[in-house]
Amino acid sequence: MAFISSGYDPKQPMKDRITDIGPRHFEEFYPPVIKKNKGKWLYHEILEPGVLVHVSETGDKVFTVRAGGARLMSVSHIREICDIADKHCGGHVRFTTRNNIEFMVDSKDKVEPLKKDLLSRKQSGGCYKFPVGGTGAGITNIVHTQGWLHCHTPATDASGPVKAAMDVLFEDFTSMRLPAHLRVSLACCLNMCGAVHCSDIAILGYHRKPPMLDHEYLDKMCEIPLAIAACPTAAIKPAKVDLPDGRKVNSVAVNNSRCMFCGNCYTMCPAMPLQDDVGDGIVLMVGGKVSNRISAPKFSKVVVAFIPNEPPRWPKTTEAIKQIVEAYAKDARKYERLGEWAERIGWERFFDKCELEFTHHLIDDFRDPAYFTWRQTTNFKF
Amino acid sequence: MAKHKTPLLDQLETGPWPSFVTDIKREAESRAKNEKGVEYQIPQDVCEDILGLLELSFKHGRTHWKHGGIVGVFGYGGGVIGRYCDQPEMFKGVAHFHTLRVNQPAGKFYKTEFLKQLCDLWDMRGSGITNMHGSTGDIILLGTTTPQLEEIFYELTHKYNQDLGGSGSNLRTPSDCIGQARCEYACYDTQALCHDLTNSYQDELHRPAFPYKFKFKLDGCPNCCVASIARADMSFIGTWRDDIGIDQEAVKAYVGGEIQPNAGAHAGRDWGPFDIKKEVINLCPTECMKYKDGKLFINNKECTRCMHCINVMPRALRIGNDRGLSILVGAKAPILDGAQMGSLLVPFIKAEEPYDEIKEVIEKIWDWWMEEGKNRERLGELIKRQGFQKLLEATEIKPMPQHVQEPRSNPYIFWKEEEVEGGFKRDVNEFRKHHQR
Ligand code: HEM
Ligand code: HEM
Ligand code: SF4
Ligand code: SF4
Ligand code: SF4
Ligand code: SF4
Repeated sequence: MAFISSGYDPKQPMKDRITDIGPRHFEEFYPPVIKKNKGKWLYHEILEPGVLVHVSETGDKVFTVRAGGARLMSVSHIREICDIADKHCGGHVRFTTRNNIEFMVDSKDKVEPLKKDLLSRKQSGGCYKFPVGGTGAGITNIVHTQGWLHCHTPATDASGPVKAAMDVLFEDFTSMRLPAHLRVSLACCLNMCGAVHCSDIAILGYHRKPPMLDHEYLDKMCEIPLAIAACPTAAIKPAKVDLPDGRKVNSVAVNNSRCMFCGNCYTMCPAMPLQDDVGDGIVLMVGGKVSNRISAPKFSKVVVAFIPNEPPRWPKTTEAIKQIVEAYAKDARKYERLGEWAERIGWERFFDKCELEFTHHLIDDFRDPAYFTWRQTTNFKF
Repeated sequence: MAKHKTPLLDQLETGPWPSFVTDIKREAESRAKNEKGVEYQIPQDVCEDILGLLELSFKHGRTHWKHGGIVGVFGYGGGVIGRYCDQPEMFKGVAHFHTLRVNQPAGKFYKTEFLKQLCDLWDMRGSGITNMHGSTGDIILLGTTTPQLEEIFYELTHKYNQDLGGSGSNLRTPSDCIGQARCEYACYDTQALCHDLTNSYQDELHRPAFPYKFKFKLDGCPNCCVASIARADMSFIGTWRDDIGIDQEAVKAYVGGEIQPNAGAHAGRDWGPFDIKKEVINLCPTECMKYKDGKLFINNKECTRCMHCINVMPRALRIGNDRGLSILVGAKAPILDGAQMGSLLVPFIKAEEPYDEIKEVIEKIWDWWMEEGKNRERLGELIKRQGFQKLLEATEIKPMPQHVQEPRSNPYIFWKEEEVEGGFKRDVNEFRKHHQR
């Protein structure tokens, strides 16, 4: 493993340095039919699950075949995507916000061979490499974060539960039987890099134990005032601690009853870890949306306060999700998003129909917003 | 023969959905064989070790990545995320496993030639594992060692004309929906504005000077396919001010059942014949639509552009022609003070190059936030702390009913001294002449 230089010279880091050039210009990458018809699209149709056609005022059409991706992708997998795009799409491909892969062709006869090619590619264990779907009134790819594979704060894994959930939801990826779009997202901790707070169904990793205190190292590893300031509930205060060997050190004390396990202190201070095998798990939230369609964007609401982590397949989590999806599919009206349905029938009915238990953990007790979620009317249902 | 046994991960190799485990194993095998004779610059068995480490996390129910580790490329404060494993002896290949965020092209269109170049680069100088893409939008190259960082940056900029994205307390890599490139609902060119803002604010993107992170996201219409309204400090959402275009012939075709409603999005189930009254007129949230004598009428003045009718009948209805965008500010995830949705600041602004008007709003907001924001305070939290009025003052935008859902219900109004005739200073002795103690 000899070191190969790219041309960079560490002795003269500024020599020939190029910075702040930004990304490549998007136009370089447009397929010709997109470049020619940009801004001229008249309408689109979903021909079948995963296959779209967009029709331009010039008469041109672009056919898109959307395939699911595992977001976490090896370069071998990306090279295979490139091979497919070279073979069918003139060397063009695009990714969606939800980590799907879109292959575009400019005529209808190219669709079937493309689709066939995609669906014929299987992994060694039998999984599809490129399942086709993710359009219309169904479930598309789950946006997610890093999890145990690459982050330091997760309360659950990301790619693992997502693989397990997508296996369970697969039929709704390849079909469009639901009343409306249903978006599922996963974030492995409250930082919500995966932005789940507005998804129809959100899978959220959550800690349930206050931080451990590594007293011997705390003052050495952390700026104590920063750790104290990081706590949103002011649960942390400075403390002098006696170590078993008789030394007295500067450290902190945590008022456990004020801790809501957000992990901010750990973010500021590595000597306050809080991850735990039984403490950590999953919160399920539902009913969020971001589109302004019919009703305003909404936050997702907590409907299951805790499910233990059950690697490798998180069966309780996927089962609860399936229950919610089935109840929604059965009961909601056409065009009604999951949250709109829950609001129409009332949350008391939502818990009945989804067969979920309502517990005291589901009543908000965090600052002002809590008050606005308690019921201030006698118009409830039995 | 795999280096580490992974009985738990192996169970994720079945089922229909693509398995990341199988994929990483495939990469591990390819690196072990090295048929192309790549001169790997980081340990060849890195993929085995990442699987081994992840298996350990599956067993322990806990992450095995250490907190922190500041690394980067010279002159940048963002774009690289340092990562060290807490079992380096067991998994030498991933002892350092830093991530690079590579700024994605707007709209995420690619030529395979470019992707293959990235693959070659990441094969040789990294783990061969990526995220396509990270949640923020960047291409994420997962896992390399410190000595490779400058080399990768040098290759990216010199060979591939490509820069890193943002991380840290700075402008995060802006991202956009597909927009006019392939969507008939797009009210402005999301890619053009995304690219322009990304390039105009390279300094803010790469050199953290903000109290905390700051995100731009751009949606071409109120359907919000990149969720800008929920996850950006400034969301740019396309809209229009004039009338929805109607093609009455196409309306007839929908009513007659010749065209499928909602572009065929509901084809997976028999919902019965299309009923324009039930599915469009009665669902219009502002009740501004009418269907009479086979014709559709919209009282556009009352329409709030929710997109529903257009979504249902894309061939009959069209976004208006006087197009631009709305700016909403302050969305964020729950940390620290609870989740916030974006709040409307600018109802309408034209989106035309060079976008000076838009940039004026951005820069005024940054000036205010950098002046007043506390460490790790997102824009939304500052707005909550100081009040929406302060935001209006900072941006010199006139208050209007569009800014509120409803006017305040408490009358505890903070009048400023200069707003009250004669100011706050009064003479109590003068007062006492007419009012005994
Ligand atoms: C204390 C606060 C936070 C810390 C310490 C933190 C830390 C991190 C770290 C270390 C990563 C890199 C993960 C990796 O690539 O290995 C990351 C990624 C990310 N973070 Fe955060 N984060 C914080 C808050 C947030 C918040 C509030 C958001 C927004 C909701 C957010 C959004 C993201 C996103 C989108 C990514 C990219 C994830 C991806 O690649 O998919 N982060 N964060
Ligand atoms: C032809 C282009 C597209 C059209 C016409 C379109 C149309 C729509 C419509 C009508 C909605 C609103 C759904 C509702 O609330 O009932 C929607 C939402 C959404 N779209 Fe798209 N979309 C397009 C492209 C995309 C792409 C490429 C993605 C990413 C894969 C995407 C992701 C989303 C997401 C995540 C939502 C849900 C927003 C929410 O949670 O409320 N869209 N889109
Ligand atoms: S959500 Fe939390 S644990 Fe997951 S990647 Fe983001 S910061 Fe890490
Ligand atoms: S986890 Fe959050 S609430 Fe608990 S002590 Fe740390 S910062 Fe405070
Ligand atoms: S946000 Fe609007 S313009 Fe952008 S892709 Fe979605 S539907 Fe199209
Ligand atoms: S866009 Fe929405 S508010 Fe406007 S006419 Fe259509 S359904 Fe009604």
